[in-house]
Amino acid sequence: MSTLELVGLTKHFSGAKQSAETVAVNDINLSVGDGEFLCILGPSGCGKSTTLRMIGGFEEPTSGDVLIDGASVVDMPPNRRPTAMVFQKYTLWPHMRVYDNIAFGLRLRHQDKAQIDKEVRDSLALVGLTGYDRRYPAQLSGGEQQRVALARALVLQPKMLLLDEPFSNLDALLRVRLREELYAIQRRIKITAIFVTHDQEEALSLADRIAVMNAGQLEQLDKPSQIYAYPRTLFVADFIGVMNIFPVQRQGDLLHIGQYALKAPEGLNGESGLSVAVRPEDFTFSATDGAWQGVIDQTIDLGHYRKVLVIVPGLFGDETAALAHRVKVYMPKSVQARAGDRIALTPSRYLVYSDTAVTRTSSATRTSSATPNAQPIEVRNQAVSGEDDR
Amino acid sequence: MAVVSHSPSMPVKSSVFKALTKTVRREGLSVVLIVALFTIIIGPMLTVVLWAFADVWRYPSLVPTQWGTSFWAETLARADLAMAFPLSVGLAVTVTLLSAVICLPASYAFARMNFPGRQGLLLSFLATNAFPRFGLYVSIAVVFYRLNLIGTIPGVILIQIVNTLLLMIWIPTSAFQGVDRSLEEAALDVGASRVRVFLQVTLPLVLPSLSAAVLLTFVSTFYEAQGALIVGLPNVTTMAVLMYSIINSQIIVQYGAIISFILWLPSLILLTFAQRFVRGNAISAGFGV
Ligand SMILES: Nc1ncnc2c1ncn2[C@@H]1O[C@H](COP(=O)(O)OP(=O)(O)OP(=O)(O)O)[C@@H](O)[C@H]1O
Ligand SMILES: [Mg+2]
Repeated sequence: MSTLELVGLTKHFSGAKQSAETVAVNDINLSVGDGEFLCILGPSGCGKSTTLRMIGGFEEPTSGDVLIDGASVVDMPPNRRPTAMVFQKYTLWPHMRVYDNIAFGLRLRHQDKAQIDKEVRDSLALVGLTGYDRRYPAQLSGGEQQRVALARALVLQPKMLLLDEPFSNLDALLRVRLREELYAIQRRIKITAIFVTHDQEEALSLADRIAVMNAGQLEQLDKPSQIYAYPRTLFVADFIGVMNIFPVQRQGDLLHIGQYALKAPEGLNGESGLSVAVRPEDFTFSATDGAWQGVIDQTIDLGHYRKVLVIVPGLFGDETAALAHRVKVYMPKSVQARAGDRIALTPSRYLVYSDTAVTRTSSATRTSSATPNAQPIEVRNQAVSGEDDR
Repeated sequence: MAVVSHSPSMPVKSSVFKALTKTVRREGLSVVLIVALFTIIIGPMLTVVLWAFADVWRYPSLVPTQWGTSFWAETLARADLAMAFPLSVGLAVTVTLLSAVICLPASYAFARMNFPGRQGLLLSFLATNAFPRFGLYVSIAVVFYRLNLIGTIPGVILIQIVNTLLLMIWIPTSAFQGVDRSLEEAALDVGASRVRVFLQVTLPLVLPSLSAAVLLTFVSTFYEAQGALIVGLPNVTTMAVLMYSIINSQIIVQYGAIISFILWLPSLILLTFAQRFVRGNAISAGFGV
């Protein structure tokens, strides 16, 4: 049970050529509280694993510091750090039985046999694999192997549990089950956990807080609900959940999207490079009364609700662009909607972003200076009394 | 269908034929391999065994005209053989051990470290095997002559080590490469020192391949004749060299047959022994650099 602090953590990899240097992790600052479950979430190659491996001691930071319980650990090799890691690959030692895999670390600590025996059995019970101790890793399924790996990490009672996409090689159903088991175990033993994933559902359902990374940088560190409701950058807005994003032109108080306009929020600085983001559930709609006139192109039944894709030609000026950027709207199933129906949409809540440089394709070199608005500005349409208050 | 049912033997024959072609198609490669194995390896070996136990074998006969072991006593009583056998075993053991001491750490470095020229160096070991050896040996012999190594045991050891480099570098290198680094990292993570990680995780995982490399090295050194012939003569006569000279100087086939029979002994013993602890495909897997 411990706290973690990353201070200006940076990692450069020298590429194959002398000149080519990858900035895998760029100046990460964050702190994790005792017993907290932090998820590091981001697209492939954004530096999640590298960050975790620096915490575990497998990569040496180019600069910056890793503090556990307030003390720097960067000079310690992995075998002396109070962290335990579960890897994405199956890393049970194939020539050792499950028992010996788990007991390996205990034996290094010179515990007596009875004590080791008890702790191995307890940890196997914790991950629900009682009676598997005589098996070899090859005789286990992938899910069982990762559970043993978890037991192997937990049996040493580390201060901190590090998990690098531990379930990403498993099928969807098993992934969800193991995720729930991990959650229960973590709550029970109250260990501080850092979990790396590129699966936002996994992050949203496990984490106390999520650190969203992109191109080596920390984009946002927040509670899951907050990340969803107030994505701090355009990248996060686009990456988390489903979002409609429209580039807008500002003219005084109005933000023009094609032939339509939205009210510019108060305190909005900057004239160009602005974007508006609307969640699919943040539209009110009717057959005729509404701001944006469109035609339903496709409806997708998603179980308890319906996703509707709407072509709104007025937003883009021409049909092809409108077809390429269909507006995504969630509707209750009680509402009648069929392809071909006319529909009028009014955004009831939207976020305005001015950080043009932060996009899906942004590189590691981001110009973070002179952003007129550090935060997106939220607008709730007064005319519509929504069920908001997420 | 109606036509076929006229003669009851037809469908049977054709189905047997079908089954046969099916087997050949499905197991085509293994059938070919087995046939090849017999004609290339078992066939000649069988001939040697027959010769070793033939007192008289005249031309038209397919098997020895007269069986017997009279040549065995004669061959085993030869003084040159009594000297050559322990010499060969001793040489093979020494060369294998020296080669292991030199090559195993080197192959770990090849597998785990990235240094400039790594790939080129690795390929250079192939060079000793990619070109006709005889030329290489002759030029080495010229150098050895200046160094007074011709006709000495150290000279033979040196030239035979050159011979073993490819096997002893390539197989262990690919074995070490085959050990996933994250297996080692996981051991480091639970508190093991680097030395312990090597001894308890890496080494056990590569041991089958390393044993295969060592065994193959021993056996091939034991049989090695060209290098030993050029550098060793006239003082150092190994079993393989002895066999060459016997076959060349005497027309009695039985001597050669019996000596090759004896030459097989160590490798037969070793390979039977090896089967117990070398995983089935380690030898072939070893070549997957
Ligand atoms: N050992 C290395 N040498 C050179 N570059 C590396 C090394 N390890 C990682 N990188 C680079 O650093 C960047 C971040 O890699 P990292 O493995 O941290 O990504 P990730 O977020 O974990 O991605 P994924 O979700 O695909 O696992 C990548 O561009 C990668 O190519
Ligand atoms: Mg990764």
